[in-house]
Amino acid sequence: MKPAKFEYHAPSTLDEAIALLVRYGGDAKVLAGGQSLVPLLNFRLARPAALVDLNRIRALAYIRDENGLVRFGAMTRQRTIEFSPVVARRLPLLREATRWVGHLPIRSRGTIGGSIAHADPSAEYPAVLTALDGEVVARGPKGERTLAPAALFETYLTTTLAADEVLTEVRLPAMPEGAGWAFEEFARRHGDFAIVGVAAALWRGGGRVTARLATAGAGPVPRRLSECEQILERDGLGDAAIEAAARRASELVEPDTDLHASADYRRHLAGVLTARALRRARETARG
Amino acid sequence: MADVRLTVNGAAREGRCESRKLLVDFLREDLGLTGTHVGCEHGICGACTVLVDGEAARSCLMLAVQADGADITTVEGLMRDGRLHPLQEAFREHHGLQCGFCTPGMLLTALDLLRVNPAPSEDEVREGISAVLCRCTGYHGIVKAVRAAAVALAPKPG
Amino acid sequence: MSERWIGKSVKRVEDFRLLTGRGTFIDDHPPVGNVHHAAIVRSRHAHARILGYDVSKALAADGVVAVITGEDVAKETKPFAVGVTTPVHYYCAATDKARFVGEPVAVVVARDRYLAEDAAELVEVAYEPLPAVIDPEKALEPDAPVLHEKAGTNLAGHRRLVYGDPDRAFREAEVVLRERFRFPKYGSTPIETYGIIARWELDGVCTVWSNFMGPFIMHPLTARVLGLAENKLRFIVPPDIGGSFGIKTSIYPYIALIALASKHAGVPVKWIEDRREHLLASSSGTDRIAYREVAAKTDGTVLGMRFKWLDNVGGYIRSPEPGCSFRPTGNFVGPYRFQHLEVDASVVMTNKSLTGPNRGYACGHLYFETEGMMDRLAEKLGLDPVELRRRNLLRPEQFPYRTPTGGYYDSGDYPATLDKAIGIARYDELRREQAKARAAGRWFGIGVALAVDPSVSNMGYVATALDPQFRAKPEYLPKSGAVDSATIKVDPLGRVTAILGTTPQGQGHQTIVAQIVADELGLTPDDVTVVDEMDTFTRVWSISSGTYSSRFGSVGTSAVALAARKLRAKLVDYAAHLMERPVADVEFRDGAVRPRAGKGPSYSVKDLAGRAHWNTESLPEGMEPGLQATAVFGFTVSKAVDAEDRVNSSNTYGFIAEVMAVEVDRQTAAIRILKYVTVHDAGTIINPMIAEGQIYGGALHGLGGALYEELKYDEDGQFLTGTFMDYLVPTASEAPAEIEIAHVVSPSPLTPLGSKGLGESSSMTVPAVIANAVSDALAPLGLRITELPMTPSSLWHLIRDAQKT
Repeated sequence: MKPAKFEYHAPSTLDEAIALLVRYGGDAKVLAGGQSLVPLLNFRLARPAALVDLNRIRALAYIRDENGLVRFGAMTRQRTIEFSPVVARRLPLLREATRWVGHLPIRSRGTIGGSIAHADPSAEYPAVLTALDGEVVARGPKGERTLAPAALFETYLTTTLAADEVLTEVRLPAMPEGAGWAFEEFARRHGDFAIVGVAAALWRGGGRVTARLATAGAGPVPRRLSECEQILERDGLGDAAIEAAARRASELVEPDTDLHASADYRRHLAGVLTARALRRARETARG
Repeated sequence: MADVRLTVNGAAREGRCESRKLLVDFLREDLGLTGTHVGCEHGICGACTVLVDGEAARSCLMLAVQADGADITTVEGLMRDGRLHPLQEAFREHHGLQCGFCTPGMLLTALDLLRVNPAPSEDEVREGISAVLCRCTGYHGIVKAVRAAAVALAPKPG
Repeated sequence: MSERWIGKSVKRVEDFRLLTGRGTFIDDHPPVGNVHHAAIVRSRHAHARILGYDVSKALAADGVVAVITGEDVAKETKPFAVGVTTPVHYYCAATDKARFVGEPVAVVVARDRYLAEDAAELVEVAYEPLPAVIDPEKALEPDAPVLHEKAGTNLAGHRRLVYGDPDRAFREAEVVLRERFRFPKYGSTPIETYGIIARWELDGVCTVWSNFMGPFIMHPLTARVLGLAENKLRFIVPPDIGGSFGIKTSIYPYIALIALASKHAGVPVKWIEDRREHLLASSSGTDRIAYREVAAKTDGTVLGMRFKWLDNVGGYIRSPEPGCSFRPTGNFVGPYRFQHLEVDASVVMTNKSLTGPNRGYACGHLYFETEGMMDRLAEKLGLDPVELRRRNLLRPEQFPYRTPTGGYYDSGDYPATLDKAIGIARYDELRREQAKARAAGRWFGIGVALAVDPSVSNMGYVATALDPQFRAKPEYLPKSGAVDSATIKVDPLGRVTAILGTTPQGQGHQTIVAQIVADELGLTPDDVTVVDEMDTFTRVWSISSGTYSSRFGSVGTSAVALAARKLRAKLVDYAAHLMERPVADVEFRDGAVRPRAGKGPSYSVKDLAGRAHWNTESLPEGMEPGLQATAVFGFTVSKAVDAEDRVNSSNTYGFIAEVMAVEVDRQTAAIRILKYVTVHDAGTIINPMIAEGQIYGGALHGLGGALYEELKYDEDGQFLTGTFMDYLVPTASEAPAEIEIAHVVSPSPLTPLGSKGLGESSSMTVPAVIANAVSDALAPLGLRITELPMTPSSLWHLIRDAQKT
């Protein structure tokens, strides 16, 4: 299990990185934290002609909290996010989800941009991005564009990013003061990708409830559960509304069967975890 | 081929290898540090865990060239003045190892865990070391050892 | 009195090197220079005829020194002997056909592993794909694809064993119950994979360094395959092996393959199996379909049982299979008194990877079924499962006990052990708690499982696979035995070195031997250096030698104790001579030879060592110079299988009693272990810390097989679990946090220290106890577990289906 040969580049600027990607015309791969790509290289399931390593681009690692928006440089480590006071204060849902990402030694290297660009539908960050109406910034030779999750995630392990584009930034609107949250996940073992995960955030304001819900592991892309959110926004956060939202979640998701779980079981779990996430989010919500 | 210069266990080291060479192979083959073990080469078993700039990371998921300029700690670097580190001592005391193959990765993972959480609960220890697979111990002795090490490493009052 | 060390949790001497990264595992250092590296080309097909090879591109690749294929293997090696008479030609690589995904078809040798893997991709193999079969029942259907044309069938072997009069037992039974069980294919995935360095020299000696746990019968088998005399094939094992749990028994075909590669390459060749290879093609236990029947009286007395097994050994039957069926022959009846048994054992070949010993070899299967049947019987008769078992347990006065299948249970007090488990678990209280939980709608269950824990296989058991008529032929050589050796020597300064022929994989042999020798010679463990690096050229060994079947605690420690006693007797003789006293007047006490009574000089070991080494003239006439003793311990109860298929398949037999309480989550079907009690009787415990370490580890292996681990294939024989993301090894978060361990000690009358093995321990009981606990939890739904692993998804489907009906 040794990688096939490749050319290796570790540019120190984003422009250089993009120029390299253009040069290889689709035969190069971007190396971020490497926690998903290097296994694929070791199994020789990925055989790029070249690797463009972003780890030396200092300008891609940051957390900025400005005007209600938290912006993450794509190369921000999951571990940095886990221990960031800004994240703890402004995006507690992201912080909780981070604890579900692999294990601490994985999070030491793994990055927010890498996790999202890898587009594993069972992964936690794509679900949080989807739940919180976040967006990503991608830069290529033709310039920069901003993509909402629905425009980014295509299917299993596939995004709409072009081969010469780099995901440079992840933007998440800060959760309102007093918002409740929960990330519920069911996996066969600790640290595994989710069989199903549910990201939930709730807040009250102006006499009404706002709910944000998305799933991981329940289909080819993370799924925003807008209809469930509407049930809660219409009927409030009582047990009956939560149960109704959970039932609707089971109906909305379109999971597949794999080695670890059947589609029916995943569908069922989507409901169970939605209810659990909403109850816990309700408990943590203030105001 | 690429030159790799790095600090390992406090000493400056260098080597020359293909850019595809994994850090774990570089440590073992080029630097002769065979204490770091290869268990799965896809980041799950954790046997190859080392500290990279003070943080636990899988050396099978890093290229040696990526470690150029880094400060690496391997299991060989844990002893101080010819004595076992308190964590190593605790593993011995509580039978935290049998075959010893996962042990290097387990030690470095536990060390990192205790750094970010100096007084972990049993569940937190279990969650922390779940990053490394052990097939001998059922983890029982390891959990006890890490909890005992937390006590041993805690600053003494007064 | 000098201090006694046996029975103490002495800290391990192995730990210093292992904790500091200074262990010596096979991959850690080249024992010789110019080592080249192998990569193995493997079949992508589950079943395919090999039409030809093109190695030209691979040979031309950077750094490549040799490529060998199945053609070379067919030409230059013989097939391995197999444990059945069916003509199965099992070579160390595919020659005519590939019979499972991952079967070796060629080997590339290059300057380093990266280059070897590059070149391996350039080896072209032309295949004609054939239909595959993976299910053992389908493999026996008339239109099933046949793997081995010469055999003409996928049935590698079949035996119907009859003990007592089972037909009568079933005729006279008041209750008869039947059930079908499925046991999954899983391994133990030691974190260190297989590793081999082979050097084939021009003088015709082939030296192999490897993490093999033999030599066992596999050394002569491999020598024969390579066309070498046994004393031209040298096996050396490095001081440290990174776990095995039986799996490394099956490395030997790769030893032959890499040795052949070295012969062709003309350089030493190293191969370290990678994790993908390990999951694809190392070894595992069998998956089994079992049909069970039990005949009983309404008072719960079991009269007899019928076992019908289909054990799936994969593409070839590899020795020591069919141990999957016959290893527990002597303890087929477990801890129960019933006398009538029929065993119908079919060993089936399908397009899956090969099988062999895996911790608890065949016993996890056996007790999953038997204990499941005991619970069904209890339920049917309205008896508590503990009470039902009590009514059938062997009584203490029956020991030593000859089982109807030929086993000789050396010692035990099964009711006391069960009572202890019940007491620690506070079983009655648990039942009350369960009643409350059930009333609240919770799925709370309690499981019980008992097992006779066999240690030290009598290698004669494998012949149970052969027909008695075949065994009766004059040219048939009966097989039996279980021996181990040890040498103890005293250096001129009085320090002791013990030399073993064992191959420990984490069991702490050095520590345990130091404890034993310290006690026998009145020393401290620090005075004893223990060397356990097997070398077939220098160690005293026999064909049962090795570290498998929980041997060391029983046969290995016995050889050590006997060698130490031999040496001590020599010291006494020598000292008596120096004291000019009759031997009967002196004794060895507190580390010195002293007069039994009265005053007079005493001679310490150190003193005697100095004199004996420096002045051989001081030895009594006729005494051999040198202070050393070698003992070879063999069990006299190890006998060949008899004409009625009875065999004492192991030599010492421990006992395990377990209670587990679980709760099944009503929403997710996840299983949570609330309580787990395991009580063991393994005779004298030499080092409780190490013994308990084996139990914790064994229990988690059992849990892995019951809930997480399975080597899975699709219908076409494609392998689905080739990574540790798919093959799930339990982590610390899945391991039960609370395990209550206790011991009962019934010393074995057969071993000098009274010890037995316990290395496999709870790996054989946990699948049974957790299945019984989950069955009990789901009893209100009318559900009983018949298949493992119980994944949340599979369990949820069972529950949903039960709720629908």
